[in-house]
Amino acid sequence: MNVEAYLVLAALLFSIGSVGLLIRRNPLIMFMCVELMLNAVNLTFVAFSKELDDIGGQVSVFFVLVVAAAEVVVGLGIIVALHRRRPGATADDVRMLKG
Amino acid sequence: MVDVIVFAIAATVVLGGAIGVIAMRNPVHSALSLVASFFGVAVLFVDLDAHFLAAVQVIIYTGAIVVLFLFVLMLLGVDSTEDLSVDPLGGQRPGAVAAGVGMVGVILAAFFLTRSGSDEVVTGVPSLAGPLVDDLGEPNIRILGRAIFTDYLFAFEITSVLLIIAVVGAVVLARTPRATTTELAALAAADRDAGEPSLEELPELQEIEEAE
Repeated sequence: MNVEAYLVLAALLFSIGSVGLLIRRNPLIMFMCVELMLNAVNLTFVAFSKELDDIGGQVSVFFVLVVAAAEVVVGLGIIVALHRRRPGATADDVRMLKG
Repeated sequence: MVDVIVFAIAATVVLGGAIGVIAMRNPVHSALSLVASFFGVAVLFVDLDAHFLAAVQVIIYTGAIVVLFLFVLMLLGVDSTEDLSVDPLGGQRPGAVAAGVGMVGVILAAFFLTRSGSDEVVTGVPSLAGPLVDDLGEPNIRILGRAIFTDYLFAFEITSVLLIIAVVGAVVLARTPRATTTELAALAAADRDAGEPSLEELPELQEIEEAE
């Protein structure tokens, strides 16, 4: 397969993730959509790594994975703290950024 | 021919899983769709000669991260259905779909309009890290490991700091705030008024006061 097919797939995946981030209001689902977008970018990195015959793209994906893991830990901690204070909270309930 | 079939199946799984994440009502179904999507991406990684990253994708994403999501879902209760009838921002959903379509359009235009002048879809200077396949025919994981532990060693060390910060942050966020001594004293006073055990009978509070 040539690189264009992977780039188109990654663009579609990124857009689906961003649409989900905009239309869903459950914080956990929004978080899953962020992960989808990160995966789309990872796919782009690896596709370019193959196309350019360069290991740098795969190294970038490695670091993106680490940062994504850290981000998920902190984000889920925030969601748990939010639900402890307000059970059943959606993203709309915290739009004022006030406790 | 084979790689076209593999790509078609994996791309279908990836996109179907992604649509499932945003379309499913039940958050658990969304998480399982996320597993399918991540697994499809892992198959594509194998197709692109990123064998180590494919394994890491399965282990970390579909293993650890989605399990963490499910853990939080079960902890918070899976019956929290989303009230989709309320639309706090007028026209948010049609606007979001329009923004998504526009985003696809912009990205695809960036891909295909830039190559109208030349045959090369990608240009640029090779990075310091070296080629994907070297002359010795070493496996992917060895080349990737050499790049991470030589050229990108400083970034690798920094990620350890990042992970420690993330762990500390998660602990701080998840712990329940402990009542302060004055709050405990107020509680004990209220209990004494109600005929409950007096302040002196609360050994825990005495320990706190002694510590101060």
